[in-house]
Amino acid sequence: MPKAKTMTTGEAGLTLVFAVTAFLCMIGAAKALDAPFAFHASLSAAASLAAVFAILNRYYDRPAALPPQEINGRPNYSMGPIKFAAVASVFWGIAGFLVGLIIAAQLAWPALNFDLPWTSFGRLRPLHTSAVIFAFGGNVLIATSFYVVQKSCRARLAGDLAPWFVVLGYNFFILIAGTGYLFGVTQSKEYAEPEWYADHWLTIVWVVYLLVFLMTLVKRKEPHIFVANWFYLAFIVTIAVLHLGNNPALPVSVFGSKSYIAWGGVQDAMFQWWYGHNAVGFFLTAGFLAIMYYFIPKRAERPIYSYRLSIIHFWALIFLYIWAGPHHLHYTALPDWAQTLGMTFSIMLWMPSWGGMINGLMTLSGAWDKLRTDPVLRMLVVSVAFYGMSTFEGPLMSIKVVNSLSHYTDWTIGHVHAGALGWVGFVSFGALYCLVPWLWERKGLYSLKLVNWHFWIATVGIVLYISAMWVSGILQGLMWRAYTSLGFLEYSFIETVEAMHPFYIIRAAGGALFLIGSLIMAYNLWMTVRVGEKQVQSPVALQPAE
Amino acid sequence: MSFWTRHQIFEKNSIVLIAGILVVVAIGGLVEITPLFYLKSTIEKVDGIRPYTPLELTGRNVYVREGCYLCHSQMIRPLRDEVERYGHFSLAAESMYDHPFQWGSKRTGPDLARVGAKYSDEWHVTHLVNPRAIVPQSVMPGYPFLAETEVDVAGMADHLRTNRLVGVPYSDDQIANAVADLKAQADPDNPGVEAFTKRYPKAVARNFDGKAGIPTEMDALVAYLQMLGTLVDFKLYNEKANLR
Repeated sequence: MPKAKTMTTGEAGLTLVFAVTAFLCMIGAAKALDAPFAFHASLSAAASLAAVFAILNRYYDRPAALPPQEINGRPNYSMGPIKFAAVASVFWGIAGFLVGLIIAAQLAWPALNFDLPWTSFGRLRPLHTSAVIFAFGGNVLIATSFYVVQKSCRARLAGDLAPWFVVLGYNFFILIAGTGYLFGVTQSKEYAEPEWYADHWLTIVWVVYLLVFLMTLVKRKEPHIFVANWFYLAFIVTIAVLHLGNNPALPVSVFGSKSYIAWGGVQDAMFQWWYGHNAVGFFLTAGFLAIMYYFIPKRAERPIYSYRLSIIHFWALIFLYIWAGPHHLHYTALPDWAQTLGMTFSIMLWMPSWGGMINGLMTLSGAWDKLRTDPVLRMLVVSVAFYGMSTFEGPLMSIKVVNSLSHYTDWTIGHVHAGALGWVGFVSFGALYCLVPWLWERKGLYSLKLVNWHFWIATVGIVLYISAMWVSGILQGLMWRAYTSLGFLEYSFIETVEAMHPFYIIRAAGGALFLIGSLIMAYNLWMTVRVGEKQVQSPVALQPAE
Repeated sequence: MSFWTRHQIFEKNSIVLIAGILVVVAIGGLVEITPLFYLKSTIEKVDGIRPYTPLELTGRNVYVREGCYLCHSQMIRPLRDEVERYGHFSLAAESMYDHPFQWGSKRTGPDLARVGAKYSDEWHVTHLVNPRAIVPQSVMPGYPFLAETEVDVAGMADHLRTNRLVGVPYSDDQIANAVADLKAQADPDNPGVEAFTKRYPKAVARNFDGKAGIPTEMDALVAYLQMLGTLVDFKLYNEKANLR
């Protein structure tokens, strides 16, 4: 006899929580002290009501029993939330690259600021950085981590509504943060700009993310935790720690958007760059190394080069990265001892970084010929090469004498983009090219030729971008410190700004190429889902991916 | 049992793995951050530093809101060219009441740590409305809307009170008179100017935006810019006593 349908604790609890949240948000909207807060409270109320409706609707439509953990001895993987995050990552990626192109053009042609508050560089720049790092990168990380943890544990994602809560809740955070920047809602901490209420919401979403990931690991059918999952776990846990450490703030009113951060001056600076550099280290490195450790062996059909190297480089990387923050504060009012520690550990960090690069590249042993025929694998491998390049450049720039030249200049921007476009961008594109056919059960991509075009157009774009920034950064750094034979400063500041103009145009051109490449990818993935040939499932259980 | 077999405890137990990660990532932060809160040498002993006036604080919030820190640093490094271009290198004490700090990380425009009193109010207003009217090669956005936006004075005392809760030593007197002080600073003819300058030594009351009436965000931002780097008198500053 079929069981009578009842609501799960999760369904009932979440419905109640969202109903209460909707009510509280309506009060918040009514009593709001400023317009952005009223807008965000209304948006949250609407989203909470939508969540209540969605949960109830799903409950009435679903069969009495929840989806089984296994079907015919094969894990019944949960792919819905992953599909959503994959689509969201492509959307946010294009949006983020576009805003990047706009602000690059603003620096070349300032009239493009239009003298309006919500189109000026100072508000759009956080929109760009957050859109590419947290919206694009974050969705790629959530999608791939949920995919990899299931496949490598041979277990269905933990929780019923929880994975959906993570994916939708995270994208709602992006919406609040992004619209907030345009309204001028910011706490001005780079890469942690969202105000107190967005931070609270992210904390809840992130804890649930950690729990879903961890509980899936706990119920795994494999004795070992696969190496990619170590990196994902380190990324999720450490980002939680960093977020909590950097963001404690006191709102002026619970009905207003403005808050004051608990830390002040030199301590705030240290907290900020402890966070800031490890947003790079754990969000943009550890998380994407996890992608490397799963997708490169899968695509190359070769085992990971060295198990022992992965152990050493994992622990060394996460231990050393945390110390590197003070290299953002060389020669500042931060005490010298902290600067020296930051520099020392940044230089040491070169080794585990290259350990990861070697492990990724050498996985191609015996399969190098595939680079000629498979542009997706080529993209993944080139991303690791860019990783190697930028993790060499980073320690170099953290040396105090080099930093005295490079700091405050475009060299930093170039360095970041070598990592962001070359490493994070390419490894994400490679993963999406693998993931979309798997998720939608397609035999392969719509067109490998288009992947090839994407690869070359984007590569030319990156090279234009980073070389323009090297030249402009070093040029400006040298002009600032140039002296005449009589011992006077040779250039006024504005002369050094004027000298940047041609490089800003080249940089914008490079960014435009990168954006065009991503549009080609979006078309290719869209066509893969729409017209791609269906992959027929084999009836026998497959070996786990390892 | 070899080293590699011992590592299996992490690979076979997710809770041990997560605990291991937490311990390993905690060390660096603890060592680098905690001492900054108790080592006395972290912040120099220096005269003249005071909390921001209500108008300056409002201006600072505009500075934060518009993302000025993305192109302008407020941190002069002790390098020959910087000291000659911008003035004495920045002290930690000079930003001790800054929540959040505004040291910045990029100089698309020049450093502003000591921009105070270098240009006239009129220069700043004209420049903020249309930077290219004064500096033709500038790539800075224009901010004409600041002169049109009146400062929201209502919550000023709450702003000061919140700052006190996070460690800025505002007195009861300063909090009680927040709105009056804000208005007084933007209007030199205001009868409250004398009481205001007593509460905030070295603060200047001027009509910063040149327009009569309720203070605008332009008044506030210019008031903030004009006080940057002016609090410490470096003729009296004892460099040797603060060598770190």
